[in-house]
Amino acid sequence: MLYYLPFTTLKRGGLQQRLTFLHYNTAFKKMSSVVANLVEIRDLHFTYGKRAILTGLNMDFPQGKVVAIMGGSGSGKTTVLRLIGGQLRPQKGHVKVQGQVVHKLNTAGLYLLRRKMGMLFQHGALFTDLSVFENVAFPLREHTDLPEELIRNLVLMKLQAVGLRNAAKLKPGEISGGMARRVALARSIALDPELIMYDEPFAGLDPISMGVTANLIRNLNTALGSTTVLVSHDVKESFAIADYVYFLSQGKIVASGTPAEMLVSTDPYVKQFVNAEADGPVPFHYPGKSLADDLGLGVQV
Amino acid sequence: MSVKNWLSKLGAPLRDYIESIGFGARTFGAMLGLSPGLLKRPRLLVEQLHFIGNYSMLIITLSGLFVGMVLGLQGYYTLNKYGAEQSLGLLVALGLTRELGPVITALLFAGRAGTSLTAEIGLMKAGEQLSAMEMMAVNPIQRVLAPRFWAGVIAVPLLASVFSAVGVLGGWLVGVQLIGVDDGAFWSQMQAGVDIWKDIYNGFAKSVVFGIAITFIALYQGYEAQPTPEDVARATTRTVVISSLMIWWLDFMMTALMFSK
Repeated sequence: MLYYLPFTTLKRGGLQQRLTFLHYNTAFKKMSSVVANLVEIRDLHFTYGKRAILTGLNMDFPQGKVVAIMGGSGSGKTTVLRLIGGQLRPQKGHVKVQGQVVHKLNTAGLYLLRRKMGMLFQHGALFTDLSVFENVAFPLREHTDLPEELIRNLVLMKLQAVGLRNAAKLKPGEISGGMARRVALARSIALDPELIMYDEPFAGLDPISMGVTANLIRNLNTALGSTTVLVSHDVKESFAIADYVYFLSQGKIVASGTPAEMLVSTDPYVKQFVNAEADGPVPFHYPGKSLADDLGLGVQV
Repeated sequence: MSVKNWLSKLGAPLRDYIESIGFGARTFGAMLGLSPGLLKRPRLLVEQLHFIGNYSMLIITLSGLFVGMVLGLQGYYTLNKYGAEQSLGLLVALGLTRELGPVITALLFAGRAGTSLTAEIGLMKAGEQLSAMEMMAVNPIQRVLAPRFWAGVIAVPLLASVFSAVGVLGGWLVGVQLIGVDDGAFWSQMQAGVDIWKDIYNGFAKSVVFGIAITFIALYQGYEAQPTPEDVARATTRTVVISSLMIWWLDFMMTALMFSK
C-alpha cells in the first residue's frame, strides 16, 4: 500500500495557505489544459563529437501520462533525458518543457525549471557521505526553510513509500544496489515534481523489487498528477505501467504507440525487441570487419 | 599528411589548452560569484574547515616540529663557526615565518588535503553525484566547490602559523635544551629581529596566496576530470605536480616582491 502525502500540501501551514495552494493548483490545471504536452521534442539533433546520437527526433509527453522510451543499449535514450533536463545542448531542434525552450534558458531559469523535475539516475547517484535519510532530505533542505520536524516527517513518508523507512540511518555503502535505486527514487520525488524522469529504474532489481518499483512509478504518477518519462529496456514492466511507448534505434524513433499496439505490432524492430530475438534489424555485433577477416580466414589469392 | 592536417594537429592541443584555461577562469569566477551564499549556510564551511584543516593538523604539527629541530641543529653548526650561536632564535624564526612555514605547509597541504579534494570531487563526478545535484537545481559550484575553496583559503595560513610556531619550539628544544644556547639570547634576539609586518605578515600573505592556488587547482582538477577511475587517478597526480610547481613559482615571485629593497 502506498502511504503518500504530497509535500506541497504540507509545506505551508494553515487553511489560508492551503487555499493559496489550491488556487495555484487550479490555475496550473487551467494552464495545463492549454499546454497539453508537458514536454515537446521537435527535430532534435545531438552529436557527441562526430558521432550522431539523435537525428531529427520528435516526441510528445502529455501531462499526467507515463511515457516509456525503449530501445537497445546506445540508442540514445539517456541522452534524451539529459536534453530534457538541460544537461546537454542540442545541435539542432529543441526540447520544450512547460512551453519553455530548455536550451535557451539562462542558468537561473534552468534551475527554476529543474525544481519542477525529478530524475532517477541509472545507478542512483546517492551522496555517499550522507545517510539514506539525509539523501532524501537533501532537496528539502536546499530548497525550503521547513522546520526540522516537518522535514523528518516528509522524509520518513517518502522512505515509507519505497519501503525503506527502517533503513533511514544507513549509509549508501551499507545498502544493496536495488535499495539504493529506491532511495534515489524517494529523493527524486521529495519536492513532488511535475515531471519525473527515470533512467533504467528496473536494471539490476530482483523480481519482487522490480514489480514493486513499477507499481510505485505508476502510483506516484497518479498521486502527484505528474508526468513520467521512463527510459528502460525491460519490456514487461514498462508495458505494464506506460500509457505510450516510443521505440528508439540509432537516434531515431522506429515505432510508437500504446503498449497494446506494440504487442501486436508487425514492425520487425518492435518484434525483435519485444520477443528478445537475436536476429532482426538490430545487429548483435558492432559493425566492422567480419570474424573471418580478423582471423585471416578470408578468400586467399 | 596535408598541410591542413598538420596545422590541425599542431593547433588542437593549443586550442584545448586555451579552452582549459578559459574554463578554469570561468569556474573560478563563478565560484567567487556564488560564494556569498555561504554566509547564509556557514555550517558547510565549518564542516570543510574541520575536514581539510583539522585533519591536516597532525602532519603539519609533526613536520613543523622536526623542521624546527633540524633548523636548530643546522643553524647552530653554521652560526657556531662565526661565534654567533646567540642568534639561533632569530635564524629559526626568520627561516620559518618567511619561507619554510608557508612553503612546506603548502606542499604538505597539497599532498594531504589537495589530493583528497581532487579525488572526492572526481569520484562525485564519476558517481553522477554532481549531475544529480544539478538536476535537483542545486549548483555544484556553489554547494560543493565554494565551501571547500574557502575552507582551504582559511586553513592554509592557519596551518602555516601553527607550523612556524611549533617549528620555533623545535628549534628552541634543540638549541637551548639540547645544545645549551642561552635561553634569554634565543628569545630576545628573535624578539628584536623579527618584524611583525615585514616577516610575519608577509609570510602570512604568502600562505594565503598558496591556499588560494592549491585549493583551486585541487578542486578544478577534480571538477574537470573525466568520470573514469584512470582519469581521477591522473587528476590527483596532476594536483600534486601542478600545485608544487605553482608553490615554488609563486614563492619566488612573492619573495622577490616582498623582500627586495
